[in-house]
Amino acid sequence: MQIPAAIRLALVPAPLFLVEAGARKAFEVVLARHPSLVDRLGAYAERTFGFASSDLPFAFVVTPRPATIRVVRSIEPGMADACAEGPIVRLLALLEGRVDGDALFFARDIVVSGDMEAMLALRNALDDCEVDLPTDLAGIAGPAGPLVKRAFERIRTRLLDPTTWN
Amino acid sequence: MELICPAGNSAAYREAVEAGADAVYCGFRNETNARNFPGLNFSRDEMAAAIAFGHSRGVMSFVAINTFMRAGSEQLWFEAVDDAVTAGADAVILADMGLMAYTARRHPAQRIHVSVQAAAASVDSVAFLVEAFGAKRVVLPRVLSLAEVRNLTHQAPCETEVFVFGGLCVMAEGRCSLSSYATGLSPNMNGVCSPASHVRYVPQGTELVSRLGDYTIDRFAAGRPAGYPTLCKGRFSADGRVAHSFEDPVSLDALGHLEELRKAGVKALKIEGRQRGKAYVAEVVSTIRRALEARPEARPAILSRLSRVSEGQRTTAGAYDKRWR
Repeated sequence: MQIPAAIRLALVPAPLFLVEAGARKAFEVVLARHPSLVDRLGAYAERTFGFASSDLPFAFVVTPRPATIRVVRSIEPGMADACAEGPIVRLLALLEGRVDGDALFFARDIVVSGDMEAMLALRNALDDCEVDLPTDLAGIAGPAGPLVKRAFERIRTRLLDPTTWN
Repeated sequence: MELICPAGNSAAYREAVEAGADAVYCGFRNETNARNFPGLNFSRDEMAAAIAFGHSRGVMSFVAINTFMRAGSEQLWFEAVDDAVTAGADAVILADMGLMAYTARRHPAQRIHVSVQAAAASVDSVAFLVEAFGAKRVVLPRVLSLAEVRNLTHQAPCETEVFVFGGLCVMAEGRCSLSSYATGLSPNMNGVCSPASHVRYVPQGTELVSRLGDYTIDRFAAGRPAGYPTLCKGRFSADGRVAHSFEDPVSLDALGHLEELRKAGVKALKIEGRQRGKAYVAEVVSTIRRALEARPEARPAILSRLSRVSEGQRTTAGAYDKRWR
């Protein structure tokens, strides 16, 4: 599933600081709800990971410990120790452990580069953490949380339908 | 036949149980198991919790302690066996005869399974392990033909277990030195084949180049399915032609031989993939469980979806269909 080109174009003018503010809030919530992620990563938690969405006009540069996230237009050499690139839906499905990273790699749906030991550690740690973005992020919406959760779940089901196995 | 399923973490363990495993095999988070990858495997507490969960659902747990002990550091392996027994493991999967001797002496009631890493491929070798250490089951190497599996199963004085799906190791397991040659680390001693620390994927134009240490393993043109960066699955130039000199990057799929394996008396079918994600475990285990419960003629349609999760997106029956010597 690729984000339609029209949406991608519409997002091009979006100010990076705004996208980064939203991404930072989501990142903090996920880390707070899944502390075992950083524990399982061990020393790899201090590595910097780049996630380049091939169908969005920005990329994410993430360090689990200390927790930092940056949103950039593209990942330049030296910005990250390890990188993964692919459609944003696939990257998010990987974050939730809903697809198998090896299968995506075999199919060339994602491309990985850089420090493979760190990337493998992150993939394995995420797989055990059972991140569920609708549930994790519903809390941000306050009283509207349950509604937001259901909406996110519906969107996820539609987006992942061809790829999900669960 | 029992369905023996992989789990590299607690979430995958639960998926395997929910999907229909009869037993789940897993390992501790250190070099005592042959899938010692970063971020993978179980702490002592996680192992005990997983085994308890399995037992609550009537599912057995086999703990893989299947690397070879390093002289002077045997205690690491001894403690792994002790802790697996304490946690309630239904079997320990061992490759090192010294560790089998320790287990048989220290924990005489503990069930021992012989790991594929022990490369026990003859009736004599299996009989020795049964007689010397009381092994109850042997996991057969993936280098035997169907006829050889049948003969060995009929003559072996213990149960046999065979791999039917997942990564295909074409070498004499436990004896392969290709990873050591390229990186200094091996599945036999360190629990890692082609360790990620030595792997690099480098985009070059439209191609993806995979490297292991100082060796280029393959160059994947755009759209061509990729494989693991192991030397045995590499594409090399030799005698004037470029080819997969050892083995194509494909996965094992012997599920077309379920009836032959059943008739041969094989006790258990094993799925490879402790290094794979929980989504893979859920998909593969549930699909194979459905196939086992279906009529033979209905199985191909059920199983057809599995090729997309396979290395190179292709599968082979490997040595089971071997017609060479």
